[in-house]
Amino acid sequence: MIRSRFCRICGIKVTGEEKECPQCHSELPSIVIYDPVKEANLAFIFGLLSILLSFIPFAGIVFSALAISRSNKNSLKTINKKAKTGRTLAFIGLPLSIIGTVYVIMLLTVGNIPLWAETTYTKFIKWLSGIPADFENNFITDSRYTYILKGLGITFEVTIFAALLGIVLGVIVALIRSSYATLKDELNSKFGKWLLKVLNGISGFYLTVIRGTPIVVQLLIAYFVIFISSNNKVLVAILAFGINSGAYVAEIIRSGIVSVDKGQFEAGRSLGFSYVRTMAFIIIPQAFKTVLPALANEFIVLIKETSVSGYIGLQELTKGGDIIRSRTYSAFMPLIAVAIIYLIIVMFFSKLVSILERRLKNSER
Amino acid sequence: MSADNHVIISVKDLKRHYNGEAIKALDGVTTDIKKGEVVVIIGPSGSGKSTFLRSLNLLERPTSGTITFEGQDITSPSTDINLLRQNMGMVFQHFNLFPHLSILRNMTIAPMKLHGLPKEVAEKKAMELLKRVGLEDRANAYPSQLSGGQKQRIAIVRALAMDPEVMLFDEPTSALDPEMVGEVLDVMKNLAKAGMTMVCVTHEMGFAREVGTRVIFMDCGKIIEENTPEQIFSNPQNDRLRSFLQKVL
Repeated sequence: MIRSRFCRICGIKVTGEEKECPQCHSELPSIVIYDPVKEANLAFIFGLLSILLSFIPFAGIVFSALAISRSNKNSLKTINKKAKTGRTLAFIGLPLSIIGTVYVIMLLTVGNIPLWAETTYTKFIKWLSGIPADFENNFITDSRYTYILKGLGITFEVTIFAALLGIVLGVIVALIRSSYATLKDELNSKFGKWLLKVLNGISGFYLTVIRGTPIVVQLLIAYFVIFISSNNKVLVAILAFGINSGAYVAEIIRSGIVSVDKGQFEAGRSLGFSYVRTMAFIIIPQAFKTVLPALANEFIVLIKETSVSGYIGLQELTKGGDIIRSRTYSAFMPLIAVAIIYLIIVMFFSKLVSILERRLKNSER
Repeated sequence: MSADNHVIISVKDLKRHYNGEAIKALDGVTTDIKKGEVVVIIGPSGSGKSTFLRSLNLLERPTSGTITFEGQDITSPSTDINLLRQNMGMVFQHFNLFPHLSILRNMTIAPMKLHGLPKEVAEKKAMELLKRVGLEDRANAYPSQLSGGQKQRIAIVRALAMDPEVMLFDEPTSALDPEMVGEVLDVMKNLAKAGMTMVCVTHEMGFAREVGTRVIFMDCGKIIEENTPEQIFSNPQNDRLRSFLQKVL
């Protein structure tokens, strides 16, 4: 049986013994003869070898792979018994040789495996039995759970107000940027044109700077440079995160505005609506619908981002867990607890987002 | 023919250029549109007929030339474009209904917000219009639930709800299935019979012949020939028009 070849010039498929391509008469790749019986024999031999060699770890894996690939090359219907047996043997040899490999690696790294297993087991049991005491030490003693609770409250406070600020900023910036794109040729008053241009420039600068620097740096600058006289860390965090989020929200909303069909805008204008009213009654409601899931995602990101507020000493959720860790010298409990709380919050909001998305999809029909 | 010779729209030497002088979409168009006329604009694609129509309510900004609407130069910067557009209804090729609003709301939003009509009045008026096009049972449906022909009929009555003096049609049947063209043309015919001034860019020659009071043939941004439909279709003067008609008829 000759394996089908492809002309390297025109890509045509050749199944026969031709020397040159029937279409472009260029030279074909050399003929490869495929013998199913030979392949089946090879698969059987490799399968057998993989079993035999499975106690020599890597060689066993290699021969298993060879046996599988040989038996695979033909369609399973025409595979003869030998190939099938080889394949079966390979599938038995493969796990054996993998176990062997793991064994060798453990011998090289751990050394005395029974001893290692025993100590690990006792350590694990000890850790397991220590959990109640550990829990009490980390959360109950000195009412340490209040660090988590208060931290959670501050995380929510910062997130919610920052999100509100972000939406307001984002909508304003998005409107400025998209109206500059459509209105710059239409405005009659020179002052309006100039004002829009300046505002657009400021917005562009804002987006570049905020999206081009890390949030931690922005937070530190906000606290230690800009609001140096303020002691209200919550307020500073809200401002920093809100201004940061606004840049991302602006681009999300702008993409929504751009995605609304141009005809919608023209239809609004042709009825006699002004630019602002067309935006308000026709474009924004449609844009908002498309970007609502993205906005909700931005909110979820914001929740997690607030975890860096510890840099300015704000005791939110993460910092709360970290304080417990520094008091009790046990890291596992408080940090895992903090992680689980974030996970629950984020999963809750993700679920909300997916319900929202489904609702929006339904209402479009 | 028109009852009186009152000129509603007067266009003088209208030009629209893109990329400086490189592309001349409109190259000096001059015409008058009188009250009650049904002006049908035909021509090959790229001849500037859509640009001309869209210039009439300034969706397209002319490079030079003047458009006078009811004696007022609308190309001057001091004109209130929005007020002007309230008097010119426009129907688009792709309907452009507002997908987030119900049919009734599509039709009442402009009269309510711009004419300050109370909700009940606006809705009553909208329902009367819907009855005229036989779609009163779809008042609470959403645009996505309608067929193309229904959408276009709604788009026409949405424009009519503003009581415009002129209706502009930009290839209203080009995006429709062939069997839905008739229902939209019927609405337009009734509108013409009722005495509405209409400017219509279309490829429906039958409509032009039957309803049009004047046919304008455009090519390369210019008006090549302009005459009554009988003259245009049975006795075309210009070679370009003759070859165009041969292809489309």
